[in-house]
Amino acid sequence: MSIQLTVNKKKMSLDIDPNTPLLWALRDHMSLKGTKYGCGIAQCGACTVWVNGEATRSCVLPISAVANADITTIEGLSDHGDHPVQVAWDELDVPQCGYCQAGQIMTAASLLKKKPNPSKTEIVDGMSGNICRCGTYHRIQEAVKLASEIASKKKTKSTVKKSA
Amino acid sequence: MKSTRRSFIQKTALFSGAFCLGFDWFQANGKEVSMVQTTMESGRFNAFLAIDPSGKIILYSPNPEIGQGIKTAFPVVVAEELDVDWKDVEVRQANLDTQNFERQLTGGSGALKHSWERLRKAGATARKMFVQAAAQTWNVDASTCKTSKGFVLGPKGQKASYGSLVAIASKLPVPTEVTYKNRKDYQIIGKRTKGVDNQSVVTGKPVFGLDIEKPGMVIAQIIRPPFGATLKSFDAADALKMPGIVDVVSFKNKVAIVGKSTWEVMKARGTVSCKYNSGDFDSDSTHQKWFDEGMKTDKATVQRKDGDFAAALARSAKVVEATYECPFISHSPMEPMNFFADVRADGTVLLAGPTQVPQSAQKAVASLLKIDEKKVEVELSKMGGGFGRRLNNDFALDAAELSSIIKKPVKVMWTREDDMGGGIYRPAARYHFKAGLDASGNMIAFYLRGVGINAGNATRQDNFPVGAIENVLVESVNQVSAVTTGPWRAPITNFLGYAEQAFLDEVAEAGGKDPVQMRLDWLARAKSNPVGKITYEPDRFIEVIKQAAEKSNWKKKPGIYQGFSVYFSHLSYVAQVADAQMVDGKAKITHVTAVTDCGEVVNLSGAENQIKGAIIDGMGHALFAKLRFNDGVASPTNFNGYRLIKGNEIPTINAYFVDNGIEPTGLGEPALPPTGGSIANALYAATKKRLYKQPFEV
Repeated sequence: MSIQLTVNKKKMSLDIDPNTPLLWALRDHMSLKGTKYGCGIAQCGACTVWVNGEATRSCVLPISAVANADITTIEGLSDHGDHPVQVAWDELDVPQCGYCQAGQIMTAASLLKKKPNPSKTEIVDGMSGNICRCGTYHRIQEAVKLASEIASKKKTKSTVKKSA
Repeated sequence: MKSTRRSFIQKTALFSGAFCLGFDWFQANGKEVSMVQTTMESGRFNAFLAIDPSGKIILYSPNPEIGQGIKTAFPVVVAEELDVDWKDVEVRQANLDTQNFERQLTGGSGALKHSWERLRKAGATARKMFVQAAAQTWNVDASTCKTSKGFVLGPKGQKASYGSLVAIASKLPVPTEVTYKNRKDYQIIGKRTKGVDNQSVVTGKPVFGLDIEKPGMVIAQIIRPPFGATLKSFDAADALKMPGIVDVVSFKNKVAIVGKSTWEVMKARGTVSCKYNSGDFDSDSTHQKWFDEGMKTDKATVQRKDGDFAAALARSAKVVEATYECPFISHSPMEPMNFFADVRADGTVLLAGPTQVPQSAQKAVASLLKIDEKKVEVELSKMGGGFGRRLNNDFALDAAELSSIIKKPVKVMWTREDDMGGGIYRPAARYHFKAGLDASGNMIAFYLRGVGINAGNATRQDNFPVGAIENVLVESVNQVSAVTTGPWRAPITNFLGYAEQAFLDEVAEAGGKDPVQMRLDWLARAKSNPVGKITYEPDRFIEVIKQAAEKSNWKKKPGIYQGFSVYFSHLSYVAQVADAQMVDGKAKITHVTAVTDCGEVVNLSGAENQIKGAIIDGMGHALFAKLRFNDGVASPTNFNGYRLIKGNEIPTINAYFVDNGIEPTGLGEPALPPTGGSIANALYAATKKRLYKQPFEV
C-alpha cells in the first residue's frame, strides 16, 4: 500500500515498508541525502526535519506515521540556500566537518519560527539537544542570534517597501 | 645547462616531491599527462592550480577534509602567492593522485607544516610566469610589472588578466627562482576565510561518504564478533527470505547482510543469529589487573634517563606521588564509518568514501586482493569527522573484501552501535608519577611510568618539564589486548597531557610554588642549561605561558578558581587557563583562555574553530566519556549511554594566537592535550579534590 506525503512542497507516493523510518525513506527512496543519520535513536539530532512545521527526529519516525503530512528537509528550507539561518551559518563560518549542521539548521530555523527574538538562554536551551562532535556550539549559538537579526531586518525592509 | 620541461618535471619530482609542475600538457607526446588530459580546456599549471582563458581559477586541495579546514587553508596559501582575489577562486577536492601529490593524508596535524613551502611555490611560480608573459607582450622589463587580484599591471598603466595571458604564459620556461610576498602584504593569509564547503553543507548537498550512490550499488551492514572471539556459525535463513535482501555472507569472523536499502538491511540483520566460541575475553577487571601488573613489573622499557632518579629521590626533602588513569574511549565522529567499494571483473577497483589515509587504503586493498596498486582508484569524500578513527582502513578493507565476494559494488554502512562497539579505540592507560622536591620546593627528581593497553609507548619521554629537571626516569609498559586501538585526536597526549599537567599542579602546591612561575623557572633552566636533549623551544613556551597568564588575569579574579596547563604537541604550543565557579554548590568550568603559537595563522576563522573545538572535545571527554568491557563486548554503544558534551555544557572560550610569522605548524590537535589538565586543576582549586581518573563525572 502506498503512502502519500508532501516533501519540500512536492507530492510523493511511496510504496515501501510502512515501518521504514522517515530518515531512510528520505535518503534511500527520495534521494534526499541532506538529512543525516547519527545515532538512530533520536539522541543526536542530526536527522532533524520538519513534520507539519515542527522540528522532529526522523530516524525513529515510521513513514506510516507521516502519511499525508507535510515534510520539510534541509533541501527545502529555502529555494536558493538563503534562509536567514543558512546565511548566518555561512557568515559566521559555523561548520567544521559539517555533518550535524543540517539537523542544527532545521532545529534553529524551527526555534526562530516560534521565537523570532530568542534570548541567549532560549537559544542555548533550544539548541542543546543537537550534538556537534566538532564542538561548533559557540558559533551555532551566535549564528542563531545573527539569523534572528537578519530575519527581523528583512521583515523591516519588506514592511518599509509595502508602506512606501 | 638549460632545463628542459621534461627534466624540470623529473627534477621537481625528485627534489620537491609534491610540487609537480604540470606543464606536461603542452607536450604532444608526454606520458606524464594523465592528470592533464581531462583539463585540456584549461591551463593546468601544476598539481595545485588550473586557470582557464576565461580567467576562472581552480585550486585543487589534495588532503582529505575531516573538519580541520584544510580544503580552505591550502588554497588560501596558493591564492595569496598567486595574487588573486579569493572570490574568483573555485576549490575542488583532488582525488588520490600519488603521481602529483605526496602526503595526501590527514593526521598528525602535519599538513600545513609539510606543504607550506610547496603551496607558496605553486602560487608564486605561476604568478611569475604571468608577469613574464605580460612583460613580453608589452615589450617591457618584467621587473617593472606588478600583480593585483588576478591582473598583471604594466609600468604605463597596462592591465592584463591572468586568463588573457594563459596561452603565452604556458609556453614559457618554468622559472626556478621565485620570490614570496612579504607578510605585511598578505591579503588573504591571516584573515578570516569562510569554509569553501559552507554552501554545500548548509543546503544539504550529498558530499559525505554515507551520501555516496553509484550505479548498481547495494548496501551492507556487518556483524562483528566480540573482541578476541571467533565466529563458529550463523543462521541467516530468515534474513534471506526478507524483502530487499540480496545475500548474507561471512568472512573473517564477520557476517555481512547485503540488501537494496538501508532499512531492509537493518531489519533483516535483527533476525541473524551468530554463535561465537567461548573464552576469557577482555573485561574491565582484566584491564585493571594488567594495570596493576604493569606497575609492578621490573621489565618496563626505559624511555628516558637523565641523572640518577633513585639517588635524588632518596635525598629529597619531600616526595609527591600520584596515580592517574584514563579509560578506553570511542572516537564517535557524527558520521559513522562507511565505505564504498567496487571490485570489478576486469581486475580494477574503485574505492570511495571517508578515509584520512587514502593512499594506505589503496595499498591495503591492493594487498588484500593481490593486485597492482595502480588498479585501485580512490575517490575522496568529505568526512563527517574522524578524530583519528579514519586513520585505520578496516572499513575500506571490509567493503573491498565484501565486494569481491558478492561481485557487486557495495556501500558498507556502520550503525552507531557498530561504530562505538567495533573499535578502534583510544587505548586505556594508567600513569604513576613521583616527584622529589628539595628543601626549597624545587623538583630535583621526576619519575613517570605509563602502562597502556595496546598503547605502544604510553609516555612521551621528552615532554616538558623534562629537559629542565636534573634527575629523570621515564618508563613504559605495553599490555597487549584483543581490543583494537588506534590514534585518537592527539594520540597518547590526549590523556597523558591531562595526567602530567594535573600532577605538575600537585608538585607546585607541594613545593609552595605558583604553577605559572614554576614553569617559567624551569624554562629558564631549559634555555640556559638544558638537561639532555630538548625537543621544544623554551622561548616559544615562555611566550604562550606569559600571554595566557596576562590575558586570563591569572589568580587575580575574585570568586574564580583557576587552573593552568601548557603543552607542546604537533610542533605547536598551547597554554590554557580554565576558570571554575561554584554554581549551586557544584564546581563548573565557566571560561577557558587559550594562547596558541602555531606560527603563521593561515585562516583565522578556521584556526579559532580548531582551538575552541579541541577544547570542547577535550573537556567533554575528560568529564563524561568511558567505555566499559565485559567479555570482549564494549558498552555503551550509543549516545544514550555514552555522553558527549552538549551546547549547554560549554564554557566561554577566548582563543588568542601569538603573532610571530614563523612557518605554520599543527592546529587540529594541539589545543586538546592541555585541556584535561587545565580543567582538572581549576576544579581542584574550587573543590580541593584532585581528579585522578577520567571521566571526572561518572
